[in-house]
Amino acid sequence: MSRKIAVDPVTRIEGHLRIEAQVENGRIVNAWSSSTAFRGIETILKGRDPRDAHHFTQRFCGVCTTVHSMASIRAVEDALGIQVPDNARLIRNLIMAIQNVQDHVIHFYHLHALDWVDITSALRADPQKTAQLAQSVSNWPLSSAPYFKGIQERVGAFVGTGRLGPFANAYWGHSAYRLPPEANLMAVAHYLEALEWQKDVIKIHAILGSKNPHPQTFLVGGMSIPVDPDSQNALNADKLALIGSLLKKARLFVEQVYIPDLLAIASFYKDWAGIGGGVGNFLSYGDFPMRSGSRSDDLYFPRGRIEGNDLSRVLPVDESEITEEVTNSWYRYSDGGNQGKHPYQGETEPFYTGPKPPYDFLETEQKYSWVKSPRYQNQPMEVGPLARVLVAYASGHKDATAIVNHVLKTLGVGPEALFSTLGRTAARGVDCLMLAQKAEFWLQELTDNMGRGVLEVHNRERWDPSSWPREARGFGYHEAPRGALGHWIRIEDGAIANYQAVVPSTWNAGPRDARGQMGPYEAALIGTPVADEEQPLEILRTIHSFDPCLACAVHVLDGRGHEIIKVRAL
Amino acid sequence: MQNPTPEMHDGAVSEELLLRWEARGLERRTFLKFCSAITATLALPMTMMGRIAEAIEGDQRPPVIWVEFQGCTGDSEAFLRANQPTAAEIILDYLSIDYHETIMAAAGHQAEAAKHHTLSQYQGQYIAVVEGSIPTAADGAYCTIAGRSAVDIAREVCGQAAATIAVGSCSSYGGIPAAAPNPTGAASVAEVVPGATVINLPGCPLNADNLTATIVHYLTFNRLPATDAFGRPKFAYGKRIHDNCERRSHFDAGQYAEGFGDPGHRQGWCLYKLGCKGPETFHNCPTVRYNEGSSWPIQAGHGCIGCSQPFFWDTMTPFYGRLPTVPGFGVESTADKIGLGLTAATGVAFAAHAVASSFRKGDKLEADQVVKED
Repeated sequence: MSRKIAVDPVTRIEGHLRIEAQVENGRIVNAWSSSTAFRGIETILKGRDPRDAHHFTQRFCGVCTTVHSMASIRAVEDALGIQVPDNARLIRNLIMAIQNVQDHVIHFYHLHALDWVDITSALRADPQKTAQLAQSVSNWPLSSAPYFKGIQERVGAFVGTGRLGPFANAYWGHSAYRLPPEANLMAVAHYLEALEWQKDVIKIHAILGSKNPHPQTFLVGGMSIPVDPDSQNALNADKLALIGSLLKKARLFVEQVYIPDLLAIASFYKDWAGIGGGVGNFLSYGDFPMRSGSRSDDLYFPRGRIEGNDLSRVLPVDESEITEEVTNSWYRYSDGGNQGKHPYQGETEPFYTGPKPPYDFLETEQKYSWVKSPRYQNQPMEVGPLARVLVAYASGHKDATAIVNHVLKTLGVGPEALFSTLGRTAARGVDCLMLAQKAEFWLQELTDNMGRGVLEVHNRERWDPSSWPREARGFGYHEAPRGALGHWIRIEDGAIANYQAVVPSTWNAGPRDARGQMGPYEAALIGTPVADEEQPLEILRTIHSFDPCLACAVHVLDGRGHEIIKVRAL
Repeated sequence: MQNPTPEMHDGAVSEELLLRWEARGLERRTFLKFCSAITATLALPMTMMGRIAEAIEGDQRPPVIWVEFQGCTGDSEAFLRANQPTAAEIILDYLSIDYHETIMAAAGHQAEAAKHHTLSQYQGQYIAVVEGSIPTAADGAYCTIAGRSAVDIAREVCGQAAATIAVGSCSSYGGIPAAAPNPTGAASVAEVVPGATVINLPGCPLNADNLTATIVHYLTFNRLPATDAFGRPKFAYGKRIHDNCERRSHFDAGQYAEGFGDPGHRQGWCLYKLGCKGPETFHNCPTVRYNEGSSWPIQAGHGCIGCSQPFFWDTMTPFYGRLPTVPGFGVESTADKIGLGLTAATGVAFAAHAVASSFRKGDKLEADQVVKED
């Protein structure tokens, strides 16, 4: 019994993703990942002021907002040889850290949890037993029986209206849901708490960045948020204290709610440590510079690469080994070939050959996605928190090793369990905890600088385009919540000549390459069980474990400003 | 819609109504706080509070279909940062968000079924929210959901809605995908669905407070708020940023930050010379601010980039370039002239874009699909 199914839209992600899968005897035997939207933002960047680029690229994505600003200003700074002041390094680290922490918690509770948590089952829970469960896994104060009873009544009244809004028509009652009602009720309570928490802790972006989403204080050469203990219009003691209290609030929730929930829920789904492995290669650029002007060898998360699930070796990363292929993507290269191109030579000429909408299925034997296929030395790579944590763990990173070992020990599994759907979801928690615990250190460093009268936030030496060389090119890296992000820029005569971004979800969501090698989403789906083809909950579990972000993934640029050519009519 | 009773015009919220909310788990203090905040955001007298409270009474939660096309989900994220009421309260108590891909539990054909249920059950009664621009080129292949083009979905969803709210600059005016050279033929909701009743809430992203205020205005008065020439509600976009700016006194005094981090910049001087577009931008950022009033760009030391103005990606760039220098700059009346002049310029650009997009769509789509209000 073999049947092709399509999940479109894949919901609880950013952007537009479609999964087609061949299911045979209750397991996936083939899979295709397709992004179904294209905006062409890099094309729009051509000819513009490189100092403006980060405002444009930030709009690649409003979920992992900030990340494309970071990579963009680093690319321009790399091209022009600009060192940023230490205060800018620290403000950027704080903005990146709270972005990762907040984004991971939102992902766990609001995008991923409903793959494991059945809200309707929570209505049958015993609040007393729920309180016992909650108190057995954490010291979090909101854990009394009356509290859970109140949550249950609130949800019950909502369900009683018969109008479930965003919770309507889901896979409730599916046989793959395995949590007892009490664990479901606890998770529902924390779903609601996390909704409140996320809007509070992200005020750090408003203080340092003016607003969230899309903070507006990034600058090529530094930051525009002034620091001055003697001004009410700058970052001063008062605002530092507010950031400190928000960082503490962030850390306590991660330590006392997210991590305990993650471990409690994972303990019911340990079979998912054997499902969803993927391509087995992992790439991390590393991030969070520990010293001013520090290079890639002095980052809190180390740079590195793992191949073939082998944790005994961490391999070096060289951005010049990265290429993008379009064999199965709706683009074509000017040379007409399927050879991958390095981003400095990148092209993006849309060439849609798919079915004319409306359609039932894509033609997956040919081009089938708006995402390209990035490769490192021709190999597909998985990026994201799992890659970041694996590289740190395999490098002997002290914090990463301690937290990973704690997670593995609590769940009673070995390191091989990390190469899975469950491992990916657990690694996101490890990543989140590491940053939630580290951020206060960077705030202290910033405070110390200000105490010593170090107030510089912006290096103005190369602000004026008249100080630039006629031609320059640079690479900007960042470890975004979803993984390794690279921006490549070429500048000519003060304007953008070519701009290319290879983003985490491009690495993970990309289609097959010329050699037929699947991308990480596709490879991870192979072998995934599907109990009910009409309700493919299991596909969502594995795909959501990557935390897809598709608006980011599709946008690529034609450096020579080719006209968008006629799309083939079918 | 609930008709307000005459005795409620004094602004009081009826005891009966408060009891009903309490029975549903919402404290009266929270509810009253929300009503008063909404009344203030809408720039209405507090005597209107009772009427507003009546309008958002729970059993009539209006169904909402929120669709996203060429967006970045930034407007959805802004919605999740809402505080008066919070996103959790909106989802559970105020609206019935029947379709929203980023937050909904259902996926695939079950998600589509949820949308179609609302489309048929509440035809002409639901509120459509659109995030992201709509690509009109390539027969719609630049954005498809469930195998259907964004153009088709927008027509279906917005065409039968009681009202459509375009959230953010992309659905309002085409936004960043429509920036030159507009590779995908990106267009606004009003362009693609000319017959729909659309209100634009631009901003990149929009301010969540303006979204909640618009919804409540609609529920209260059974019509959308008055708009300006660009389809934006006057209560939120009626005033120039420059006129309400906390740094205005420094502008008037001729005190300018010359570089980021210099003494003037640290003391909150005017950002005009660093590229601020506040004199040509209409938005309530200075008064409402973002993230529960925490800050806004000018407060954080960066100039306004004009993100609520049509085509700001082309008309406001380079972002660090100074507004056109005019003789006698620094005199208050001159700044007013700058604002007036640029408003007119944007108006011209808006009209020009409408013409250009008619041509563009004429190339790509059927004649009956290209009607454009002029």
